Amino acid sequence: MGNHDKPNSYRNGPDPQGRFGQFGGRFVAETLMPLIRDLEGAYAAAQVDPSFAAEMTDLHTHYVGRPSPLYFAERLTEHCGGAKIYFKREDLNHTGAHKINNVLGQILLARRMGKTRIIAETGAGQHGVATATVCARFGLECIVYMGAVDVERQKPNVFRMKMLGATVNPVQSGAKTLKDAMNEALRDWVTNVDDTFYCIGTAAGPHPYPAMVRDFQSIIGTEVRQQMETAEGRLPDSLVACIGGGSNAIGLFHPFLDDPEVEIFGVEAAGHGLHTPAHAASMAGGKPGVLHGNRTYLLMDDDGQIVEGHSISAGLDYPGVGPEHSWLKDNGRVTYLSATDKQALDAFQLCSKLEGIIPALEPAHAIASILDLAPTRPKDHLMVLNMSGRGDKDIFTVADHLGGM
Amino acid sequence: MTTRIDARFASLAAENRAALVCFITAGDPDVETSSALLKALPAAGVDVIELGMPFTDPMADGPVIQAAGLRALKAGQTLVKTLRMVRDFRQTDTDTPIVLMGYYNPIFIHGVERFLDDAKAAGVDGLIVVDLPPEEDDELCLPALRAGLNFIRLATPTTDGARLPTVLTNTSGFVYYVSVTGITGLAVPDYNKVAQAVARIKRHTDLPVAVGFGVKTAADAAAVSAHADGVVVGSALIATMAATLDATGAATADTVRTTTTFIEGLAAGVRGARRAAAAEQEAMIP
Repeated sequence: MGNHDKPNSYRNGPDPQGRFGQFGGRFVAETLMPLIRDLEGAYAAAQVDPSFAAEMTDLHTHYVGRPSPLYFAERLTEHCGGAKIYFKREDLNHTGAHKINNVLGQILLARRMGKTRIIAETGAGQHGVATATVCARFGLECIVYMGAVDVERQKPNVFRMKMLGATVNPVQSGAKTLKDAMNEALRDWVTNVDDTFYCIGTAAGPHPYPAMVRDFQSIIGTEVRQQMETAEGRLPDSLVACIGGGSNAIGLFHPFLDDPEVEIFGVEAAGHGLHTPAHAASMAGGKPGVLHGNRTYLLMDDDGQIVEGHSISAGLDYPGVGPEHSWLKDNGRVTYLSATDKQALDAFQLCSKLEGIIPALEPAHAIASILDLAPTRPKDHLMVLNMSGRGDKDIFTVADHLGGM
Repeated sequence: MTTRIDARFASLAAENRAALVCFITAGDPDVETSSALLKALPAAGVDVIELGMPFTDPMADGPVIQAAGLRALKAGQTLVKTLRMVRDFRQTDTDTPIVLMGYYNPIFIHGVERFLDDAKAAGVDGLIVVDLPPEEDDELCLPALRAGLNFIRLATPTTDGARLPTVLTNTSGFVYYVSVTGITGLAVPDYNKVAQAVARIKRHTDLPVAVGFGVKTAADAAAVSAHADGVVVGSALIATMAATLDATGAATADTVRTTTTFIEGLAAGVRGARRAAAAEQEAMIP
């Protein structure tokens, strides 16, 4: 599939086989296949049931605090001297990130399916916290798999999950980070098929997860359309979001994919730099392969063995990316950029000082790209950054890198 | 077309006994030891060999096989080296079937057509690829069948009557019944349920049914072989081998011999248990 192969719409995917072009699919063990088919059926039924939407809307309003504000970042705009920069404030959601949008949808679905035991993987801990939170709200057992390395570097979130009543299982296999946590969650699911719902944290995994997570996160972009209409009377000119698995990004992008005048940028984590092996930019530095139930861009060696991603941000160091992003890269609708650890750290500090908003290290990568993009655009250009999470969880990591401040 | 797998199950059926199917990971703990073990398997009583292709992210495997894969990868095992092991084995053994077992990504990266050509040329008879369910048959299953390789599918306790025909379509060689939901090597199967499940599968297919996951001892192997056409042993065998390794994970003088001795015990268990006739088996099921 090349850049000239333009579909009529970018918003119709996936096909019934769960494919976005060559990407996506259902590459799972037979034990899980019947569960995935059940989930697909249950999700399809929920989508056309007004009571499902009504329950979700009520919780969004009263529990999550939606809609999240669209905030004009005046001082960052002045600093850049170009585009007018807005932040979509997902950091103000309950639990401090966009993750809860997806978790709420999946847990409501799990309840409809009669599942009583929820499992999740987590990297930075934000998805684990969101899952533990909603499980507490509904009295469901919650087991979170987290790489032992991440348990160490995200201690505040581990404590939060435990306070919320979740069991946190440190994963000692492989490189002890997010991909290994996902392997371990899949092993749990394959073992506990009757009562367990796997709440995947990003828009990846076997079909229907990439589409389902995208749909639950699309409230971000849907709100931005309305809010920008109110603020400026028109659509934004560009969108920028960071990409780990890519759920916050696809949630912002998807409602705009068929508006060709809207430029869209995803920002991967370049770690120590794309010229080194220590990065997590699977689209810039990887190739298509199959892992965790889907075909997508992956970091791997010449023999097809998966290699570890590196990023200062635990939420971005996954060696893959959601399959819809792989498709949007190949068809050229979205432009994927990258930012290094150092650029993200600089952006983290700048945003904190200019806007009084401490961003998570994940969206700090997107802010880093905005510092390059905004000055090259005219003053009437409307640029929206997805501020996907708040940085409280990262202050110790940042302090370590800055020599204790 | 009759493959080595078809021929082997047919001749064992004539003897009225089940096949002993053994799994080892290629290149574990190093390619020389692993090759020596591979060549020693038939004489120890193995009827069908499953040779694991190591992968960094074996989502359906328990800790024992995960560790085996990591040892092999650390020692530099690659898909090309695994195929070379099969080619070497075929210099001296042209009868024992070899099934390559693993995950799709290394095959996909090698290139499906190139992989099938190379596997066929090396003397591989069949494939088990854990993360390719029937929904993804276009990827590898159909090209493999066209190339004359068996494509062996896993059926599990979650494969209900409605789904079983889907799983059996395009399956050849034998059906691998996974006797427990879960990862390799952990839970112990309930042999009554196993017998019922095998009988249920056999109502839908004439293919031999081999049973695996959780078979640890000669007694387990004997119990399973009364109800199935084959009994698969993997984790218990690898755990036995792993126990002979030194503190750095390297092979010792005992590695191959201790492992083959363990297999000889399994083989005695399988050979001692005569298979109940299919009709008798059906009658026993409530």
